[in-house]
Amino acid sequence: MAEATEMLDEREARPAAPDPRYRWLQLSLWTLRAGPALILAILVLVVSLTTPVFFTSRNIGNVFSQTAVIALLGLGQLLVIVSRGIDLSVGSTVALSGVVGAIVYLHVHSTILVVLAILGTGLAVGLANGLVFVLGRVPHPFIVTLASLSIVRGLALWAANGTLISGMPNGVDVLGGGSIGWLPYSFFVVAGLAVLAVIGTTYLVWGRWLYAVGGNPDAARRAGIPVGRVLVSVYVLSGLAAGIGGLITAGLIDAGSPTAGDLAELDSIAAVIIGGAAFAGGRGNVGNALVGAFTIGVIRNALNLHNVNAFYQLMAIGVVVLLAVEGDVIRGYVEKRVRLARAMRQDA
Amino acid sequence: MTPVLAVRGAEKRFGAVVGLDGVDLEVNAGEVLALLGDNGAGKSTLIKCLSGALALDRGMIEMDGRRVSIHTPADARELGIETVYQDLALFDNLRPADNFYAGREAAGPRWLPRSIRVLKRHEMTVTTRQTLARLQVNLDDHGAVGLLSGGQRQGVAVARAAAFASRVVILDEPTAALGVRESRRVLDLILRLREEGKALIVVSHAMDHVMEVADRAVVMRRGRKVGELVPSAETHAEIVSLIVGGGG
Ligand SMILES: Nc1ncnc2c1ncn2[C@@H]1O[C@H](COP(=O)(O)OP(=O)(O)O)[C@@H](O)[C@H]1O
Ligand SMILES: [Mg+2]
Repeated sequence: MAEATEMLDEREARPAAPDPRYRWLQLSLWTLRAGPALILAILVLVVSLTTPVFFTSRNIGNVFSQTAVIALLGLGQLLVIVSRGIDLSVGSTVALSGVVGAIVYLHVHSTILVVLAILGTGLAVGLANGLVFVLGRVPHPFIVTLASLSIVRGLALWAANGTLISGMPNGVDVLGGGSIGWLPYSFFVVAGLAVLAVIGTTYLVWGRWLYAVGGNPDAARRAGIPVGRVLVSVYVLSGLAAGIGGLITAGLIDAGSPTAGDLAELDSIAAVIIGGAAFAGGRGNVGNALVGAFTIGVIRNALNLHNVNAFYQLMAIGVVVLLAVEGDVIRGYVEKRVRLARAMRQDA
Repeated sequence: MTPVLAVRGAEKRFGAVVGLDGVDLEVNAGEVLALLGDNGAGKSTLIKCLSGALALDRGMIEMDGRRVSIHTPADARELGIETVYQDLALFDNLRPADNFYAGREAAGPRWLPRSIRVLKRHEMTVTTRQTLARLQVNLDDHGAVGLLSGGQRQGVAVARAAAFASRVVILDEPTAALGVRESRRVLDLILRLREEGKALIVVSHAMDHVMEVADRAVVMRRGRKVGELVPSAETHAEIVSLIVGGGG
């Protein structure tokens, strides 16, 4: 314990005697940082105790399946939010990519082509978002992606003539709706993408650039980081993640639906914020974003199991978002206190 | 002795506004040059031209007597010139090591495009820790820079510049935002860099404690160099009057 405290100290901080108030601040900071995972753990505990069916393998499989798309969109949204941006178009992209895939499938019975069309649509929407935002010098991506939320949804409805286009290749159906035992394939898709996201954000140069751009875009520019390219990459990846979400959704319903992914952009943002990412950019991580997605998934599932009206699900998720944001505010306050305490110790 | 860095006949205009008007400047290895002047004198413009944030309209920059061209921050850094901006340009969300290496990450393998190279995280952490220790900047290097005190943040910014500047370190108003104790630490740091043989340009808008460490002072007013002297008790009044433009 004494050693741990010393490591946190400035070397010259004379009163080496552990200050209980400082310790307490450190502890509360640690708790707040672990907040999202703690909330999910408590939630799972409470739900399992009150709802015996919750912890059956079949239901857990359901939770995974229902949460897959939120988690996928959340992974993309995380990158965008860390870069100080927001992507409101991902829900619409889920719809358009599925519809495009279904139309392709009407003409050619090729699984590969359908998959490529779905993913390519997501990628194209993301690229368009990124290029318009960066090259168009639009002050904030909210406007750009709000516009594409509308345009892309409109395109999906227009292309599908307002209705469902049935039929997806077998492979897509299996990926979206199939499972190995009780574990849905979509779970593996999420896990694989999460691993890639962890590698990208923590082990690659690109990840450092991402956090630098989110933390201080001006300084990033002065440090020679290709800020524009980083920003475009983030929207491309978010679009691609939405395309993968579209693939899973299309497989699950064996169709391309122009109304799929409605409000999914809000779920994905909620997941990232519940996961403790800073809306102001520069902070957030893959693990916590997944925790956020599963917090939403577990709340939905638990209320479903109790036959609670969907209205209440929306309200419950809204309340959790508020709690998470407030937790972040308190965390900022505690961090400030820690900083002051340290400065005082340094000057003591 | 050939100066490490020399500016000759520097001119810079912003439309009708004159930023620099024929400024000459030299700084030697192991020397601290104070660049003084009231607000709007052109100090920041001059150091922005040296750090690649702006390009000169006319005039030239020499290093070791050879003409060099500085058009981007990367050009300046490659020449061994590092700048500590007044706003510090730190990434508050990142640890000191990430701040040090932002934009010049140690990573490999080289045949990959830069953005997807794998970070050498251990190497960067260790080197940063060594630099901080060498310059006696004491802080917790595990946490984000945003959690540090004002003086420590300044320390990180200066140490970052020192770590990569092989020749020249430029500091814009390094003590303006600090208390007495913290200013003292930064001044000590400047002296340590001078001992290491670096050339330092320290910008200040007033006769403050920066003068304690300066070997020479250049005073600017309205884009021109209006004086160059060795700071001492005798020249103090003269420098002040040059800065405010009295007696001239
Ligand atoms: N980007 C700019 N555009 C127009 N005028 C500028 C710009 N930067 C500096 N100036 C002008 O150039 C002059 C010198 O400014 P500056 O170098 O910032 O002075 P100092 O740093 O000595 O206070 C001032 O009159 C200032 O208004
Ligand atoms: Mg200035």
